Amino acid sequence: MTAMQPVEQRDEVEMLSLMLLIRRFEERASQQYQAQKIGGFCHLYIGQEAVVAGAVAAVRDDDYIITAYRDHAHALARGTSANACMAELFGKETGCSRGLGGSMHFFDKQHHMYGGHAIVAAHVPLAVGLAFAIKYRGEDRVTLCFFGDGAINQGAFHEALNLAALYKLPVVFICENNLFAMGTSVKRSTSLKQIVDRAEGYDIPGEIVDGMNFREVRDKIAEVVDSIRKEPHPAFLEARTYRYRGHSMSDPASYRTKEELEKYRLDDPITRLRAQLTREGKLTNEQFDRLDKQAKETVMAAVKFAENSPEPPLDKLYDYTYADGAVEPGVPAAPERPEGGPRATPKQPADRAAATEDRR
Amino acid sequence: MREITYRQALNEALAEELERDPNVFLMGEEVAEYQGAYKVSHGLLERFGPRRIIDTPISENGFAGLGVGAAMVGLRPIIEFMTFSFSLVAFDQVVNNAPNMYTMSGGQFNIPIVFRGPNGPAHQLGATHSHATENFYASVPGLKVCAPATPRDAKGLLKTAVRDNNPVLVLEAELLYSSKGMVEPPDEELLIPLGKAEVKREGSDVSVICYSQTVPLALKVAAQLEDEDISAEVVDLRSIKPLDEKAIFDSVAKTHRVVVVEQDHPFCGVGAEVCYRIQKNIFDQLDAPIMRVSQEDVPMPYNERLEHAVLPNAEKLLTAVKQVCYA
Ligand SMILES: Cc1ncc(C[n+]2csc(CCOP(=O)(O)OP(=O)(O)O)c2C)c(N)n1
Ligand SMILES: [Mg+2]
Repeated sequence: MTAMQPVEQRDEVEMLSLMLLIRRFEERASQQYQAQKIGGFCHLYIGQEAVVAGAVAAVRDDDYIITAYRDHAHALARGTSANACMAELFGKETGCSRGLGGSMHFFDKQHHMYGGHAIVAAHVPLAVGLAFAIKYRGEDRVTLCFFGDGAINQGAFHEALNLAALYKLPVVFICENNLFAMGTSVKRSTSLKQIVDRAEGYDIPGEIVDGMNFREVRDKIAEVVDSIRKEPHPAFLEARTYRYRGHSMSDPASYRTKEELEKYRLDDPITRLRAQLTREGKLTNEQFDRLDKQAKETVMAAVKFAENSPEPPLDKLYDYTYADGAVEPGVPAAPERPEGGPRATPKQPADRAAATEDRR
Repeated sequence: MREITYRQALNEALAEELERDPNVFLMGEEVAEYQGAYKVSHGLLERFGPRRIIDTPISENGFAGLGVGAAMVGLRPIIEFMTFSFSLVAFDQVVNNAPNMYTMSGGQFNIPIVFRGPNGPAHQLGATHSHATENFYASVPGLKVCAPATPRDAKGLLKTAVRDNNPVLVLEAELLYSSKGMVEPPDEELLIPLGKAEVKREGSDVSVICYSQTVPLALKVAAQLEDEDISAEVVDLRSIKPLDEKAIFDSVAKTHRVVVVEQDHPFCGVGAEVCYRIQKNIFDQLDAPIMRVSQEDVPMPYNERLEHAVLPNAEKLLTAVKQVCYA
């Protein structure tokens, strides 16, 4: 197990460029959606970048991450390539879920990104299961579970929080409170004055963080995670943030005022971190422009990659319904391993290796 | 071979699999300190400890989902529902999360999980507690469903289910827990493959296709039919999905007459699927239209006489068999 990397050592400029990558990726996804290269539902993360960037800056690469359907950023933040993400949106075989998941179902096992889940709050029990496995094996990993303000009124959420508290599991519940669930404001959905009070009902320590402030998110999560690694327990963070775009591509967001949007735009998380770094002499304007240009180029290359990638072949339609293999009769199970017991034998078409290569 | 109960057989299967694989754990309501609502997990807490035999609050959605999450990273959970009627509260996890993950992740995450517990009508439990869920779940791609009728099948199928790399539902039956049957000695590994039916009684005039609680019913009726010179073959499906088409077709090719006796409802029930496949594949072998015996298409009444009238029972099965035999 790698030692905990001191938080300060995660280069803030690097994290700023991650936020830029997310922003440019989402803008390009929006454009490609309009050009009908992307189908189905597509939910953009623009405005919320500091939450996921702050979170990944505070944890190790082998910690577990799971989120809802607004998930492009979480995969990118974890290290899934822009190519694999864009290809997934295009429904291509080189996508992070082979084109079988789509925008709402990004998965990346190698980077410990456990989805991409589109039934509101249904993944919160899964997060508790990931944390259960961590504790079962005596590891010091942590699970970060992201969800929206709309999830906190679902039964699954409540059952999961109670289980996590009851079994003292290492999981941080991170509510990305962007004030709206589709067109329903938190005021109209939730009886509480503040969402974080939900945690209190389960005896889970909870705090509010400014989700537009990268440093605040990072430092708070680092503190909580540090405490969890010493002695497993759940924690709850309400990150106050805002989405600049509509709920999904089809939503003009007429349920909120121009003034409100403008107020949050002035508080742009990217502008904020940029200003902090510039003020401290850690970033020049030229550097920033270079980072931004890089992000745009990476995303343009990803579009090209996605466009040129093959569709998943029709003759593999039935390949991903049931996993092959089982534990062989009479063969004792392998001892507990970090990656778990006997795995399915993945179907390995000859071109799979190449596709995997491309993904990274 | 020795005679044990269906309950003991399941208990042995659990113990053996927990012993074999440290990634296996059992979780559910009352499975640990109470020793199981139907005592299937009796003694397991003492033997394997609270790390692996885990009591939960009454939160089916929560702990079913916990199991799916744990399976994503390689644990092999056995999730007990006190009855499958309560699995409906966890329907989203069983139907949306467990079987979809493998596809949605492009093959990155298979879910080796077992959901088990009693399924189907018991005795006068009323509408909410009498659900036969096999046809709901069997219609979901990515799930496997078995419904053992005997202690031997219960043990062998549960052990196989735990070793399978996909979500498997083991549908037990409250009314079968105390039934007895011959099972291999504990030192002999007993694994029964999913998707393999078994002829429980040979016959030549009619095939009675059944599973779970309708197997003892079919055997009883087959014995009665002997007096009337009708030789019934009893085919126990054992697995609903995958379905052993070959065993069905072999039997039908021999008898040319079929009754399907199932414990679920008639509309979109398991029997409907079986009938479709027979007529599509071996239509020429049939000497009579296929009959189905199932529950009546009503919510289960509490009243005993009415409940009997709703359930598939011996009178209905006898009538159906005679009808297909033109007897
Ligand atoms: C169980 C369920 N009900 C309804 C929906 C439709 N739906 C999708 S997103 C959404 C709003 C959720 O908002 P929130 O949790 O705040 O997340 P955000 O979109 O703000 O990121 C709704 C109602 C769904 N996906 N799942
Ligand atoms: Mg929201």
